[in-house]
Amino acid sequence: MNKTYLVIKHEFIKLVRSKGYIIISLLFPLLALAVLGGYQLIQRIGTQDTTPEALSIGYVDEAGGFDDTSQTGEITFTRYQSREETTEALIAGDVSEYFVITPDYISTGRIDRFTLERELEMSGSTRNAVRNFLLNNLLQGQINDEILERAKAPAWFASTRLDETGQVSPEQGGVLSVFLVPYIFSLLFWIAILTSSFTLIEGLGEEKESRVMEILISSVSARQLILGKIIGLGAGGLLQIIFWFVSASFIAGLASSSIGGMFGTLEIPVRLIIFGIAYFILGYLLFAVLFAGIGAIVPNYREGQQLSFFIIMPGIMPLMLIYFLVENPDHVITNIVTFFPISTPIASMIRLAVGNIPPWQIALSMLSLVLSIAGLFFLGTKIFRTFLLMYGKRPGLREIIRSLRQA
Amino acid sequence: MKKVEDMNAVAVSGICKSFNTTLVVDNISFDVRRGEIFGLIGPNGAGKTTAIRMIMDIIKPDSGEISILGERLSEITKNQIGYLPEERGLYRKLTVMDSLVYLASLKGITSQVARSRAEELLKRIDMLPHKNKKIEELSRGMGQFIQFLVAIIHDPQLIILDEPFAGLDPVNTELLKEVTLELRNQGKAIILSTHRMNEVEELCDRIFMIHKGQNVLYGELAEIKSRYRNNSILLDFEGELPHLEGITGKHDYRDHIELFFDKETSPHKILEQLMNQEIKINRFEVSTPSLNDIFIQLVEKE
Repeated sequence: MNKTYLVIKHEFIKLVRSKGYIIISLLFPLLALAVLGGYQLIQRIGTQDTTPEALSIGYVDEAGGFDDTSQTGEITFTRYQSREETTEALIAGDVSEYFVITPDYISTGRIDRFTLERELEMSGSTRNAVRNFLLNNLLQGQINDEILERAKAPAWFASTRLDETGQVSPEQGGVLSVFLVPYIFSLLFWIAILTSSFTLIEGLGEEKESRVMEILISSVSARQLILGKIIGLGAGGLLQIIFWFVSASFIAGLASSSIGGMFGTLEIPVRLIIFGIAYFILGYLLFAVLFAGIGAIVPNYREGQQLSFFIIMPGIMPLMLIYFLVENPDHVITNIVTFFPISTPIASMIRLAVGNIPPWQIALSMLSLVLSIAGLFFLGTKIFRTFLLMYGKRPGLREIIRSLRQA
Repeated sequence: MKKVEDMNAVAVSGICKSFNTTLVVDNISFDVRRGEIFGLIGPNGAGKTTAIRMIMDIIKPDSGEISILGERLSEITKNQIGYLPEERGLYRKLTVMDSLVYLASLKGITSQVARSRAEELLKRIDMLPHKNKKIEELSRGMGQFIQFLVAIIHDPQLIILDEPFAGLDPVNTELLKEVTLELRNQGKAIILSTHRMNEVEELCDRIFMIHKGQNVLYGELAEIKSRYRNNSILLDFEGELPHLEGITGKHDYRDHIELFFDKETSPHKILEQLMNQEIKINRFEVSTPSLNDIFIQLVEKE
């Protein structure tokens, strides 16, 4: 059997069975469920306020002319003759609250409202119902019903983006996808890299410290070992993300239409998904190779973590520059972060989401990723076996360069 | 084509290795035969581990050739070698069985075979009940034995043991010696790397002594010992020591004396003289120097 495959299998199973992996995998769906549950609980509490008693609202018409209560929806409006009478009805619980249309309402718009509840603010549904009731009575008969309906809801926006030539741009979708897609991508990207790559450093560190490395290196080549680890752990990271997506769509199905609606409007172009996956895999491979190099060189896990910080920082950079990248597609800084391999995946995703990256730049950024992965892997495996069996002290830069030349 | 049985397990010729500017292994050559325990001996830092790593293709020699079972080193020859490293350790969180099966499968045997071999070997050393324990739950000596099993589970033709007895209690040491001798009798080639000369004298058929990266002694243990014989006998007797022909010196010890004799005299001649004088002898032994003495002698000569 192919030894690389054996290493892949071993690393994959070891990662997937580990406590940390299981916890992080379950954490996100559970968190989403908790948020969703909380949201629905709050909503239910909100609707409990307007249960039977709340559905009945009393009013006194001191201005005159407000007597059509037919279009108030689920809330019934009951007309009373005087304030005193309505107060008694409120105390008796016949109505949950009442309002008075003051005599000078037409000129001032003043409505006196009375309630037994202590509240922060009037509930939205009541406000809406009263508003519609007033509009109805004010305008009925004076304009046709269609215009009345429009007056109640005057605008529904449909936005279309045009490109420089005035044609309808192929990239539609609002500002939400411009920022949300790169952010979701970056979040998933970093979580996958942090779980997989740190496991890589940790694993190499453990094998060095426990000296299993000696047995491993006497059984498989350094290349097989590193490749097996990268693929095995990468597959574990990918499985985690697939699990999140599956559970996310499941949870979205559970969610009420209001939340679902928000994501429903978020249309992610297929192109973005395909390039997203490509950048994700290339980006992961680049970081994994870099982290494997760190893992091979440092004597223990802690030092590896410190060193890896210097790689993660430039990787996150594009996210901090997101506004700059969106607004200055031709700036030299934009080009630098697009083609510098470590920052390429996220920078390219941001620019792809906005649609301001020309195809040749996509091709070049991918090429720079592929070349640096191949180059680093080639150089890396040359020095791996020297440093994998070196314990104690971290070699200096000069020592690494010398061993590269000798390899 | 030579038959496999006739071939040496290991043939090392003229290998050199230097790290930075220090020459760690300096032009050494030796063969290891099947069915023998070969002692690779020398003090700490002599170059033993570097030599072993080159045999296992972990490090490439700067010059010289190494072949295993008649073949040049490759990823395939790695499967024919079992290795017990000097520094001990395994995956702490993995069970005994999983560790054995994973590391055995990396040596090219299927996990089914590995599993049944593991059962067999664990039974041989009375550790079968521990097979589902995690490595970290085992005692130090047990863990060391599991590592030894890792070295032999894939039925390798060449077994390299680096300081195998370090840290073992006397009972486990005996068991390990027993299993090692069994393996030798099955025709395996075993390289025993150590700096403890008493283990070498007890187990090894042939030795290679390395000092500062160079060959200082190589050959059959018995032949070497007779070559470095220092012309003396050890004697314990009752009564007065009579005058004996050919004796050049005497050294008193607590329970015996050592008599040195000249080149014309043989131990047999001395025994004859003693018998003629009707001395009551409790012990008569031709003295052979310990490897330790030989080693010190060789090193001090420089």
